[in-house]
Amino acid sequence: MSTSMTVDVPAVEVHGVTRIFAARKGQGVTALDDVSLTVAPGEFVSLIGPSGCGKSTLLRLVADLDVPTSGSIEVFGKPARQARIDQDYGIAFQQAGLLPWRTVAGNIELPLELHGVGKTARRARAAELIALVGLADFASHYPDQLSGGMQQRVAIARSLAESPSLLLMDEPFGALDEMTRERMQNELVRICAETQAAVVFVTHSIPEAVFLSNRVVVMSPRPGRIRSIVSVGLGEMSGRGEYLREDEGFFHALSHVRELLHGDEGTAAPAGARGVETR
Amino acid sequence: MPATSEQIAQQTAEQIASARAARRRPGVHPRLRGGLFGLAGLALLALVWEFYKTFGPADGVILNGVTVLPRTTDLAMPHLAVMAERLVEPVTGAASALPLWAAVLQGSLFTLGIAAVGWLVGVTVGLALALLMQRFRLAESAILPWIILSQTVPLIAIAPLVRRWGAQLQLGEFTWESWMSVALIASYLAFFPVSIGALRGLGSPDANHVDLMRCYAVGWWKTLWRLRLPASVGYLLPALRLAAVSAVVGSVVAEVSIGLRGGIGRLIVEYAGAAGGDPGKPWAPIFGSILVGLVAAGLVGLIGLFLRRFRRGEVSI
Repeated sequence: MSTSMTVDVPAVEVHGVTRIFAARKGQGVTALDDVSLTVAPGEFVSLIGPSGCGKSTLLRLVADLDVPTSGSIEVFGKPARQARIDQDYGIAFQQAGLLPWRTVAGNIELPLELHGVGKTARRARAAELIALVGLADFASHYPDQLSGGMQQRVAIARSLAESPSLLLMDEPFGALDEMTRERMQNELVRICAETQAAVVFVTHSIPEAVFLSNRVVVMSPRPGRIRSIVSVGLGEMSGRGEYLREDEGFFHALSHVRELLHGDEGTAAPAGARGVETR
Repeated sequence: MPATSEQIAQQTAEQIASARAARRRPGVHPRLRGGLFGLAGLALLALVWEFYKTFGPADGVILNGVTVLPRTTDLAMPHLAVMAERLVEPVTGAASALPLWAAVLQGSLFTLGIAAVGWLVGVTVGLALALLMQRFRLAESAILPWIILSQTVPLIAIAPLVRRWGAQLQLGEFTWESWMSVALIASYLAFFPVSIGALRGLGSPDANHVDLMRCYAVGWWKTLWRLRLPASVGYLLPALRLAAVSAVVGSVVAEVSIGLRGGIGRLIVEYAGAAGGDPGKPWAPIFGSILVGLVAAGLVGLIGLFLRRFRRGEVSI
């Protein structure tokens, strides 16, 4: 086995990160203030908080789409920039962001094509992913022929194209209606169980965060800080299903996260709720 | 039994398809309808011409000493039939003279050829400038004002300059010919819409798409080829068509101001002199130049057919 990649290397290691956006006058806007977070391999972590809490900024920093003002970010033990160059993560945004002139298959093949994967291998991989997201009949459709939910599934398939060990998702279901959204969540749980990838998932839906995550990171705005991290003890990804939404532990975790989001620090946490602990 | 996601997806797609079909109006195909409307417009124009010629005052409509509508004499406003008849008659009384339409067609082809060269040069230069401006923000602020300023210079002013510079050019075997000056002036008009359209098109991808390319760690050239160029097609095609028409106008005007023989521009000047005794004749090269413009725009429109894939989501006209 590999000796350099020990079991202890976290998928994401954010250490003391501050991001200040320069403003035209006076002091800049502090989007993130001294944030630290570790995501273990295979772990599903949601970032939740009101607008302006810096959750998307944090995700962009991990993706190396932006650079922190201070602090360090490592992905699988490498600087974020190197991880991006090495294609260590897959990414999906709120807008599906499919290229309108490419078919479903063409869009999924895009990252493979850009990185010089051969045609046959590309085709095979795309077919595999199209089946995974349940769009087998739509491989040759163009994005404008698909509904929003289907487009988002293509985007997720694309993010999985190079079998990344880390998925970064910025409100991928934010633009979908509630029913489609729950169906997509179920599918994501299934896909994560199959791929074993770690996920950093930005959302502002409490049920979504609780249903999907091993841990929910609750953030507070101005300046963006981590208020609390909630471990949701709802069991293994593979064991999660629709029934979980009716589960008592799900409701406990739900109300706990909600209180953390709305209430003041410290007073909100109800002690001893089943399956919930505050770190 | 609960519907699988695939079944639901299938249903959604069917719904979208049927909604699209419902939005399309029944009856005549939209493109055919556009053509019919175009012909109706032409017929209306002809009717208005003949109507005014028949019922308008011979000295024109004059308000406060200013002629606001033209005279309706046969000299000033020949009947459409006269213009048409004149087309089939020989250019001059000489025995060897071609029919007028043939002479005009020859001139049209000549001008079309020069315009095509001017278009190619203009498109190349326009694209190169757009790429440069897209690549370097500094280049955009440095070049863009000059591009706009360039179009405020009247063609009549630069035509003699271009010819004089060209005449001084000697590179071994190569000698600068007058038609090259005309083509150069045509390109001077043609590059403008291309550079502006391409700049907008290259900058049109969503921030989302640009971020995605950055995530894929691909460089500027690959981003250009895979994202920016395909995204710019919708902006580029109208610009190319505009450039084609501009190149034709530029060629005709430059032919006149440089005095190049053989093209439509020269025929317009030549036949205008005949207007006194032969009022149908000057209209022939005017129709010729319209024909050249239409053909040029049409040929460029054909490019769009090959790039249909990149125009999805664009509203068809």
